[in-house]
Amino acid sequence: MSYDMWIILTGALVGAACGIIGTFLVLRKMAMIADAISHTVLLGIVGAFLVSQTLEGPFMLIGAVITGLLTTFFIQVLDSSGVQTDAAIGVVFTALFSVGVILVSLFARNVHLDVDHVLMGDITFIPFHTIEWNGMTLGPKAFWLIAVVLVIDIVFITVMYKELKITSFDPAMAFALGLPVTALHYLFMSMVSITTVASFDSVGAILVVAMLIVPPSTAYLLTDRLLFMILYSAAIGAASAVIGYYIAQWLNVSIAGSMASTTGILFLLAFLFAPQHGIIAKRLARRLSVTES
Amino acid sequence: MQEWSQLLTSANLQWVLLGTLFLGMASGVVGSFVLLRKESLVGDAMAHAALPGICLGFLLYGRELFALMAGAALTGLLAIYAIRAITAHSKLKQDAAIGIVLSVFFGFGIVLLTYITNGSAGNKAGLDEFIFGQAASLVFQDVQILLGTAIVLLMIALLFFKELKLLTFDPLFAGGIGLPVSFLHGLLSSMVVLIVITGIQAVGVVLMAALLITPAIAARYWTEKLGIMAMLAGIIGGVSGVFGAMTSAVVPGLPTGPVIVVCATIVFVCSFLFAPARGLVFHWLKNKKRDQAIWQEQVLRSIYELLETRYKEHSTSLVFTKKELSYFTHLPPKRVMKAFHDLQKQAFIGNMNDGYFYLTDAGFQKAYQSTLQYRVENVYLMYESQLGTPPFGTEDRDESETALDTMNTELRHLLKKENLEPISFQVYKTTFKPYQNDI
Repeated sequence: MSYDMWIILTGALVGAACGIIGTFLVLRKMAMIADAISHTVLLGIVGAFLVSQTLEGPFMLIGAVITGLLTTFFIQVLDSSGVQTDAAIGVVFTALFSVGVILVSLFARNVHLDVDHVLMGDITFIPFHTIEWNGMTLGPKAFWLIAVVLVIDIVFITVMYKELKITSFDPAMAFALGLPVTALHYLFMSMVSITTVASFDSVGAILVVAMLIVPPSTAYLLTDRLLFMILYSAAIGAASAVIGYYIAQWLNVSIAGSMASTTGILFLLAFLFAPQHGIIAKRLARRLSVTES
Repeated sequence: MQEWSQLLTSANLQWVLLGTLFLGMASGVVGSFVLLRKESLVGDAMAHAALPGICLGFLLYGRELFALMAGAALTGLLAIYAIRAITAHSKLKQDAAIGIVLSVFFGFGIVLLTYITNGSAGNKAGLDEFIFGQAASLVFQDVQILLGTAIVLLMIALLFFKELKLLTFDPLFAGGIGLPVSFLHGLLSSMVVLIVITGIQAVGVVLMAALLITPAIAARYWTEKLGIMAMLAGIIGGVSGVFGAMTSAVVPGLPTGPVIVVCATIVFVCSFLFAPARGLVFHWLKNKKRDQAIWQEQVLRSIYELLETRYKEHSTSLVFTKKELSYFTHLPPKRVMKAFHDLQKQAFIGNMNDGYFYLTDAGFQKAYQSTLQYRVENVYLMYESQLGTPPFGTEDRDESETALDTMNTELRHLLKKENLEPISFQVYKTTFKPYQNDI
């Protein structure tokens, strides 16, 4: 396969994985917690690097899960001790992210992990880091990482579908039914963390947020059914990645930035033209009801 | 050490330090209002959204600080507008709207940034530094603008303090007494935009939010007064700013923003743990004290109940062992022991000899009071429907007092009827004798 194909494929998988997991983030009103985690995952990656001296997948995943859970936990602690939620999120992620940036600039200067990489990823260079097995080249590492994570996400959501659905829409009811709401919350946040770190290499810290939040929000405007929202969201995420890649090639700009911008354009289209929840449809419906009465 | 003193005497660094000092102060003060209006993350979005504006300004006019700031202000305001439009016209909640706007604007900013880097648009030096900030590389002119903005913002905050305070806590009332509410709203928003676009030079777009949030939330722990809070936040922000700029000047390659944020966060964590009244440690101590008081009361009450049982069985020994006590209380043994020990220290319980204890006079009084209160409450709950709500807080003070007296008499009467009246001190004194009877 050509280099371009690998990049496009990896981007599409990132879009799909983030779109799927992001659906629940948007429904649970935790979009900004995702923003926080996508920043703090940096600390996990740097920590894993400092401990293991490699940037291998498993170490990074473990580091990411730990910092993701820590972030969630810290926000929870501040929240329950009376700090308002938005401020709690702001304090926690900026602090952990700062520590991450400081560690990168002090200790990890010489490795393939610099501040630019953190911000916008390195999708262009993905095809050069390949996995070899028995002398065969199996394709880029980043591709396999996100592919494995995507499978884990899909399995997790299929197995936990009912539980996730009820805890997202009616946490009080879920609690009353005796579901382990807190455990599920932390499990879900672990999924968010590993998805974030697997995407991190391709699109960087801040643009992961775009992939996590914008496609699900777009899908949310297009349908009222959860299953469809997940499917639409994955499709929109993958489409944004592919379209973004071609725009980036055309204008010779950052691929990750262009992917994020594409999610924004698709969202704007849905915001204006969605069949039921779009602005224009709503205006038309209002005018119709006015003329009828 | 010599390095430091050398650096401190460098004229440029002195200016930079002064600039970051005032920047930190201004953002602390403005951040206090932002925090109390619950718009912290809106500030975050605005800072991220400033990036495309900076790039646009650069593309159109080159590296003119004024152009960059104007661009930043433009896209920052556009971001606020977009967030409001999304929340108003769709079913998405504010957090999703903030996330969408923040990431898409920032992504577009990255696109423009790489466009500038790759294209031949000239010298892009310095644009990268808007991402994490590099206060040490500010030139004198930048510092002048920074200093000017910060001072203007502080003056506005001081001048309009009363109005902004009212706007923050009770906008409806502010409108009611004839304050120009929409003007004040605009004023506050402009202040936030101004501080964000000046601050990003020093701390960068990613961490600007922390400069607004962290000092303010740290200051919140120490006071309930907005004025003091704003002042404290200003001091915390200023100190963090100076410290961050100094450290990043000394350690090569260390970006300023993260150091400032870490410094402010340390202050926050200290406040979170140790602030009087609101700090975690204080809370913990208070809870512990309250728990211990409750355990002590429960132990006293169980001693009392033990004595009462004896009285009913015509046994008259006033001494008891710890083991006997354990039948009368639901508390875990460890807590009973702790409470027992504390009660002994306060001389409510006396030690007879090897393992036998007795209630002192003061101890009995306390146990009596506690039991009486406990039983009265229980009786009240039994007869709540007949008695009605206690007459607290009625207009007429005398009236409510008489009503309370009546209810008290009523309750004592019911207590007798239910056969729950505790034995009094006289009975205790005359009946019980200090000998150890068989258990």
